[in-house]
Amino acid sequence: MTTAAAHSAPAKPATMALALQRAMRDAMAEDPTVHVLGEDVGTLGGVFRITDGLAKEFGDDRCTDTPLAEAGILGTAVGMAMYGLRPVVEMQFDAFAYPAFEQLISHVSRMRNRTRGGLALPITVRVPYGGGIGGVEHHSDSSEAYYMATPGLQVVTPATVEDAYGLLRAAIASDDPVVFLEPKRLYWSKAAWSPQEPAAVEPIGQAVVRRAGRSATLITYGPSLPVCLEAAQAAEAEGWDLEVVDLRSLVPFDDETVCASVRRTGRAVVVHEATGFGGPGGEIVARVTERCFHHLEAPVLRVTGFDIPYPPPMLERHHLPGVDRVLDAVARLQWEAGS
Amino acid sequence: MTVQELPGAAAYRPTPPPAWKPRIDPAPLLPDPEPHRVLGTKAAADVDPELLLTLYAQLVRGRRYNTQATALTKQGRLAVYPSSTGQEACEIAAALALEERDWLFPSYRDTLAAVARGLDPVDALTLLRGDWHTGYDPRERRIAPLCTPLATQLPHAVGLAHAARLKGDDVVALAMVGDGGTSEGDFHEALNFAAVWQAPVVFLVQNNGFAISVPLAKQTAAPSLAHKAVGYGMPGRLVDGNDAPAVHQVLAEAVARARRGGGPTLIEAITYRIDAHTNADDATRYRASGEIDAWREHDPIRLMEQELTRRGLLDDTVKEAASEAAEAMAADLRQRMNADPVLDPMDLFAHVYAERSSQLREQEAQLRAELEAEGDQR
Ligand SMILES: Cc1ncc(C[n+]2csc(CCOP(=O)(O)OP(=O)(O)O)c2C)c(N)n1
Repeated sequence: MTTAAAHSAPAKPATMALALQRAMRDAMAEDPTVHVLGEDVGTLGGVFRITDGLAKEFGDDRCTDTPLAEAGILGTAVGMAMYGLRPVVEMQFDAFAYPAFEQLISHVSRMRNRTRGGLALPITVRVPYGGGIGGVEHHSDSSEAYYMATPGLQVVTPATVEDAYGLLRAAIASDDPVVFLEPKRLYWSKAAWSPQEPAAVEPIGQAVVRRAGRSATLITYGPSLPVCLEAAQAAEAEGWDLEVVDLRSLVPFDDETVCASVRRTGRAVVVHEATGFGGPGGEIVARVTERCFHHLEAPVLRVTGFDIPYPPPMLERHHLPGVDRVLDAVARLQWEAGS
Repeated sequence: MTVQELPGAAAYRPTPPPAWKPRIDPAPLLPDPEPHRVLGTKAAADVDPELLLTLYAQLVRGRRYNTQATALTKQGRLAVYPSSTGQEACEIAAALALEERDWLFPSYRDTLAAVARGLDPVDALTLLRGDWHTGYDPRERRIAPLCTPLATQLPHAVGLAHAARLKGDDVVALAMVGDGGTSEGDFHEALNFAAVWQAPVVFLVQNNGFAISVPLAKQTAAPSLAHKAVGYGMPGRLVDGNDAPAVHQVLAEAVARARRGGGPTLIEAITYRIDAHTNADDATRYRASGEIDAWREHDPIRLMEQELTRRGLLDDTVKEAASEAAEAMAADLRQRMNADPVLDPMDLFAHVYAERSSQLREQEAQLRAELEAEGDQR
């Protein structure tokens, strides 16, 4: 097969898991300072197989099975980064990153600041997050608000296969720490993306309009993007022409794209599965309201998970915001003052 | 030029430091060079036949529980099951070494220890079935919730044991953890607190060779996990984890010691994980099939049967009674697990706080309305 033929062949569907694995592989091949470490990332290739093959290709020193200790993993990554390496750390599940919070909050996030720019930490912390996979307790948390509340961390979350590749490349290349949240229920989502022709590496901090519309904006990210796209489709029947904005990066936050959209549509709903109270949506609503107040025809609403500890799998469908809850909120955008 | 040759070095006489000796003699804390064994040794003759028979029946029941629960995952009745096949002796003998007033702090793999302590087999599985995080009231059987984050239950055990002692109760806490879990910071902090406070806690590490895919050699460079005890100032014990009476003996001694104010003990039970990490794991990725064979030979039930036979305690009646009891348990488990659990979605809000906030009441109303609308559509 000629190169030209290979390029013109239709791209085979690839999963987000494969895109993430390719992103690390390509980064490691290009830059010998990129090291992957975590629990079970070597021989096993990670419990989600995201690091599959890396240890074989690059050796145990570049893709390392660590002892089982998250604080130790992230803490040693700090030292590795201090000595010029670019560690990519895998936390096995959202709630198992909590033992590493001390390192993340006390050191990773503020090392640049406390050394007056003298010491940067280019660490990527990959965290599979969110529910919808029937995981038992402590396997479904959406922890993004904790990370967002910590200055010095970038918080990135892809929702598509292409973005999984591009954003992880950007995260690894970033000279500041990135908490890279991987929506685990989208790991096996597919797209016609060819690992042979990797997607463009987009800079961190840019939201994207996934669907253009005129009557209201759905602002969302990660695992809730497919929900919003489905809701937008369904809303057509009700005469709603919804725009869907995928944030991709929670920190830094792309006020420009979000507010341009809301100014166009005059109405907005923020959708995510993390809890509402103290959740990411509160910040987003506040920013939109501050910047677009005179363009708003209705209050900016939130559709979120309930303010409860993540429920057991058999009840999670009642907790996770689905299409109906989004459509309900959209209906409430037909807002009349005093109503 | 060496230090000695420095000008004036000959005249330099540092004042000798004050005499140093270890605060306590480390030797008595060191584990035995070989794991403690009873089966196949002379000591076996001294074990109470009653205890041997109880352990045997429980092992057979435990094995059956493991195979039944694994079968339930294949039928989709359990979301996931971390089997303890091959490790039943640790689970059961440890639980049976406790008195009723003592507390058990299990990890997510220790369902058998909880069941051996009298917990309803179905209640022990709700975490893994997915209908509720903890299917029982921890105070009832004195079993803390099966704990998913690794090693985080260990400091709880220390705190509880400490509190009991402060209150003047002679209660002991048994805290179980895997070999991988010993790498977590919480393991270190728990052992350190326990030793400093001389808390009545027994730490049992089930060393089954792997933390998911990571073998012990990549987990620790210590001579043994039991050796870690010395650094905290508590005794370390090594035991053959497939030798049920040996596990029972070592645990019972440590529990008795803790109860009389002797402080904590760290016990490492050497065993092997016969099944994969969970039904979702593919163990062929990280271990050779031949590796299991020696351990299958050294099976805890087999070892017991050999001993019971040698002592003339095992006849067909005993064997059949054990297997019938196990089958009855399995049939009951199967039957009750095959019924769909009755869940009330409104329970999502029932136990977040002692009193519901107005926000939660709002969300509750929202869900109720959704459920009613769903009901209307049916
Ligand atoms: C804090 C934390 N990190 C990671 C995990 C994910 N995880 C679940 S079980 C396991 C391996 C545990 O190995 P070990 O402690 O040896 O116990 P075993 O499974 O062998 O009984 C891991 C890494 C977890 N549950 N908790």
